[in-house]
Amino acid sequence: MTNVLVCIKRVPDLGGEIRLTADGMSVDDSSLGHTVSPHEECAVELAIQVAKDTGGEATVLTVGTSDAVEQLRNALALGCTGAVLVEADPAAYGPADVAAAIAEVVRAREAEGTSYDLVLVGSDASDTGDFQVGIRLSYLLDRPVAGGVSTLSVADGRVTARGAAPDGGTEITEVALPAVLTVMEGGVEPRYPSIPGRMKAKKIAIDEVTPTITPAGSRRRRLRLPPAQPSEVTVLGEGPQAAGAVVDLLVELGVTR
Amino acid sequence: MTQVLVLVETDESGATETSRETLTFARSLGDVRALVAGDLPEGLTDQLGAYGVGAVHHATGDGFTSYAAAAWAAAVVAASHESQGGASVVMAAGTQRGNDVMAHVACRLGVAMAANVVEADSGTPLVVSRQVLGGAALEDTPLDDPVAVLTVAGHACDPAEAETPTTPEVRPLDVEVSEQDLRARVVRTEPGEPDESGSLKSARVVVGAGRGAGSADGFKDLLELAELLDGALGVSRVVTSLGWRPHHEQVGQTGSRVSPDLYVACGISGAIQHWAGMSSSKTILAINTDADAPMVTKAHYAVIGDLHEIVPAINEEIRRRRAG
Repeated sequence: MTNVLVCIKRVPDLGGEIRLTADGMSVDDSSLGHTVSPHEECAVELAIQVAKDTGGEATVLTVGTSDAVEQLRNALALGCTGAVLVEADPAAYGPADVAAAIAEVVRAREAEGTSYDLVLVGSDASDTGDFQVGIRLSYLLDRPVAGGVSTLSVADGRVTARGAAPDGGTEITEVALPAVLTVMEGGVEPRYPSIPGRMKAKKIAIDEVTPTITPAGSRRRRLRLPPAQPSEVTVLGEGPQAAGAVVDLLVELGVTR
Repeated sequence: MTQVLVLVETDESGATETSRETLTFARSLGDVRALVAGDLPEGLTDQLGAYGVGAVHHATGDGFTSYAAAAWAAAVVAASHESQGGASVVMAAGTQRGNDVMAHVACRLGVAMAANVVEADSGTPLVVSRQVLGGAALEDTPLDDPVAVLTVAGHACDPAEAETPTTPEVRPLDVEVSEQDLRARVVRTEPGEPDESGSLKSARVVVGAGRGAGSADGFKDLLELAELLDGALGVSRVVTSLGWRPHHEQVGQTGSRVSPDLYVACGISGAIQHWAGMSSSKTILAINTDADAPMVTKAHYAVIGDLHEIVPAINEEIRRRRAG
């Protein structure tokens, strides 16, 4: 039986353009929907699979405002069986603070008799892209951590994690539980929620926790948009008649003989 | 002079391209030393000399025969103490390993870590700009700890050799790797399929395909175009999510980042997540039915229309000219 804690973050669902708030400190998400990063969708899928295969529980956790209940409910609808909302303003939290807030929950649960053998986090959140929460968490909990995991299996108190090797192959890491893994998209296909799943999710109580840590904060001075790239687009034509102009361009660029 | 330590990742050819970019970036901040963990490929020292590296610290021994991020981080911390007065900037390329090891280093030193930096001004404190939102925005952030730990985003600069090459000395690094640091270690590796992302990342031409491909059967002409141009096929997340193509072909924030001479974006609307993976392409040609799609408005060149009519016509025209 492996109990899994999977950590997610509510982030704006970006389209083709982004706008910043007037103070330049964040993305103006007032007209945007919200989601979690693809890495985290895969982490949730892996958590549900491991819990099912081993007869354990998959608990989803987020550090965020009450708005993030939407993302917790989604994970519950997919098959997580418990949810924790660590209430905090994510903008006031740097990556070390997020790790500290998660560690606090893991320790408190352990003291109450619930241990999370496996903690899964996404490799990075798609908004802040810090690439470090999972590793910081592993140091706070004094647990081993493997990074960039796309599939995993648990047996005999050990997890076998597979991820992309730098040369394009696969590298396999074996780690004794309890452990922390950071998950990369690509190994599993996240499931879709079923209607009964959604109904069931509505009835699960979300555990609300107030962190006791004093956040060090993010060091962000401001956000800015990178300089605009190519200015004018040259339209080579419409439809298949443009093929000649395209091939002229390919020749000019030296990519065809 | 600021002492900068760079963790250099290697492959058969020596320092990887992203590591050479990182060395180039590091030179703008101070005197550069390199750390290499595990194998020291032949010719690497000369190559690092060409990039102006003053000394190469080499972490070797049982703890480095296979990859363990914590052991590599122990080596980085040990090497950072070797410079006169200690390195005040420690960096790696913004790869999986680079980000992982630098996060471990930051935890060990009790400092912040800035991932995917694209610019740094060398004042005190060091203020860096780093990619957030997959590169759609930059965050300015000071690194005011005693040691600034960061990774450099892929393609943040072109790799360039130093004006004055050096002859670096290789110094075996005395580093104690604890059991603790080997708790998560690579136990074996499996080779990838020959067509996996390696060719995509190094291709001079990438033919990109999005939802406009229409179905799993909609890639025949696109694959032919890629083949005619000795290029590779890259796809958007929609395409892999729908199961039309395998994940290793995905380009974007959570897939491969590519920087080809030409990116042909076919039926791709240009969501920020995809743009993040190909925006550094030298030339972008968009083929799309929607003249107002972000990919079209941001591209250098565009053809408006259905890719299923246009791409076969391009293939035909290439074949016709080659035959003629």
